[in-house]
Amino acid sequence: MASAPKPRVKVPKTASAGEVIAIKTLISHEMESGQRKDKDGNVIPRKIINKFSCTFNDQEVFSCDLDPAISANPYFEFNAKVPESGTFKFTWVDDDGSVYEDEQKIEVS
Amino acid sequence: MEKLALAAGTALCLAITGVVIVTASADPVDDTLEIDGAEMITRAPAPEGHPFDEVMSGWLFREAETRATQEDSFENPGMLAVERGAELWETVEGTAGQSCASCHQDASVTMANVGATFPRWDADSGKPINVEGQINKCRVENMGAEPYAFDAEPQVSLTAFLKHQSLGKPVAIDLSEGEMQEWWEKGKDLYYTRTGQLDFSCSSCHEASMGKYIRADHLSQGQVNGFPTYRFNTGGMVSLHNRFRGCIRDTRAEMPAAFSDELMALETYVTWRGTGLSVETPAVRQ
Repeated sequence: MASAPKPRVKVPKTASAGEVIAIKTLISHEMESGQRKDKDGNVIPRKIINKFSCTFNDQEVFSCDLDPAISANPYFEFNAKVPESGTFKFTWVDDDGSVYEDEQKIEVS
Repeated sequence: MEKLALAAGTALCLAITGVVIVTASADPVDDTLEIDGAEMITRAPAPEGHPFDEVMSGWLFREAETRATQEDSFENPGMLAVERGAELWETVEGTAGQSCASCHQDASVTMANVGATFPRWDADSGKPINVEGQINKCRVENMGAEPYAFDAEPQVSLTAFLKHQSLGKPVAIDLSEGEMQEWWEKGKDLYYTRTGQLDFSCSSCHEASMGKYIRADHLSQGQVNGFPTYRFNTGGMVSLHNRFRGCIRDTRAEMPAAFSDELMALETYVTWRGTGLSVETPAVRQ
């Protein structure tokens, strides 16, 4: 994708207390592995998302390191238990130091 | 074990005769494609004069994981191209200071049938025109902008966005317009003409061997109702003419240029072969 990486997140708007919800995330990113060469034989520098994390009300829910074998546009789906209303924050860290963020609020009744 | 035996069989055949189509057969799945809950037509009665009784979407020939990815537009990475296309729709370019939206407003209304009805007859050029061609025509004639080069990222994204507006609509091209019928005939000739060192025609794989395996690949009917598609093997979008050229390359033949008369005729004919199937753009394939 030629455009800047764009995160997308899907979190239910509401849940009941203690419910386990499914969270889906996707970011557009080329995940250039650093193992390829261009037409002139020069190595194309590595540029990947190397870390992803998700917090709920500033408490970590899920995080992971990514390596060069992960394909373009990395997609994560995971579950979380929500005890109360709050905000999920999502962070992707790029090799070039850029940080891409998104957040979603959820109402717990 | 079955797979191993199949692989061994393929290797043996390769050694003896070069490349052959392995005769192991597997039926397309009996499954229903629902994209975000909306049901798609993946099987339709074939139009008159069609070699099959039933036309089938390539989705039915893919693995469960691939099929599932297409069922959720959030998971479908092809939707990234559609989103990018939506941005391009609103982007002002060219000397006339216009975007697509300046004239055509809301694409979901004005472009709702585009994906299901192209290619169409273009009286100005005296040829069929596809969505990519129509975009370039508009850019040059109405926007005063440069036409997109074949397979330039914006061309693929904007085409995906436009065809996506017809998601679910059954493919129905109008062969009564202009000389569409003649181009259909020309496309049919090409479809059945063997080319390349492997001496394959389109029909060798997609008609005579439909449902069989060629190496690890489950041969479909070669329908085009989901283009541009997201393919896992390249991790990106693949346009229809790119796919045509790739297929022709694989038969070790000379590849006609994208949007050449040959490939426009082929697009006209092959699109008709999928009459009645829902537009699936962006489909997800292996």
